[in-house]
Amino acid sequence: MMYRSLFPRDVLAELDRLQREMQQGFHLSPSIRGIARGGFPAMNVGGTPQSVDIYAFAPGIDPTTLDVQIEKGVLTVAGERKLDEPGKEATVHIDERFAGRFRRVVTLPDDVDASAVEAKYRDGVLRISIARKQAAQPRRITIG
Amino acid sequence: MSDNSTVKKQTSPDEAALLPPVDVIEDSSGITLYADLPGVPKEKLRLHVEADTLTIEGEIDLEMPGGIEASHAEVSLPRYRRVFTLSKELDASKVGAEFKNGVLKLSIPKAEHAQPRKIEVKVL
Repeated sequence: MMYRSLFPRDVLAELDRLQREMQQGFHLSPSIRGIARGGFPAMNVGGTPQSVDIYAFAPGIDPTTLDVQIEKGVLTVAGERKLDEPGKEATVHIDERFAGRFRRVVTLPDDVDASAVEAKYRDGVLRISIARKQAAQPRRITIG
Repeated sequence: MSDNSTVKKQTSPDEAALLPPVDVIEDSSGITLYADLPGVPKEKLRLHVEADTLTIEGEIDLEMPGGIEASHAEVSLPRYRRVFTLSKELDASKVGAEFKNGVLKLSIPKAEHAQPRKIEVKVL
């Protein structure tokens, strides 16, 4: 155990605290938009000192129809997912996959360079890599 | 995390996996199953039919820069798994599979004897 709570029996409070702590750990949060869960496409966001990398899990989409925009520090991924229509005589037993229009928005950190963006679509995942500004990258300062 | 990659290649059923969303549609010729498996390359998709059990498994393999630190993750496990029980009238030996852009399409035909037949009425 890393922490010893004052009231160890209060599990819910502990979970709450953990969740808040995890959110503090998010580099892109707290954000007024938050990042909603359960939306389509599902998104993972990560970063290195050189870049911010966003992975949007959007299977079965023609990448040329995807609309990816960066404006005023906000990244938007929008598009439409069309699924094969079942035939007239067909019976649908399970219907879980997302269909229709979608839009997701991610607030980017201040130090990204919106002009150095790379977007690739592979195996149903859209990866957007945005470089961080040179000046914001960590530098080792030598002591004379 | 245990380091058992060299010991066994196949994932064990108790290993945590994501449940991929599916659509299952049936018509007179058979069943069509679509499953969303984004991030799985073709060579990391595994389909098994054993007796009347169909297992779909896939490992996510994303291209990631070295030293990446996740700040937000909705897809938090590296694999998918879903198991279905097939019914007797389906012909498991003739399953057709297509996999493109992270979407798997399986066509499972009905066995010959289970196909609908029109019975001709002879007028004598």
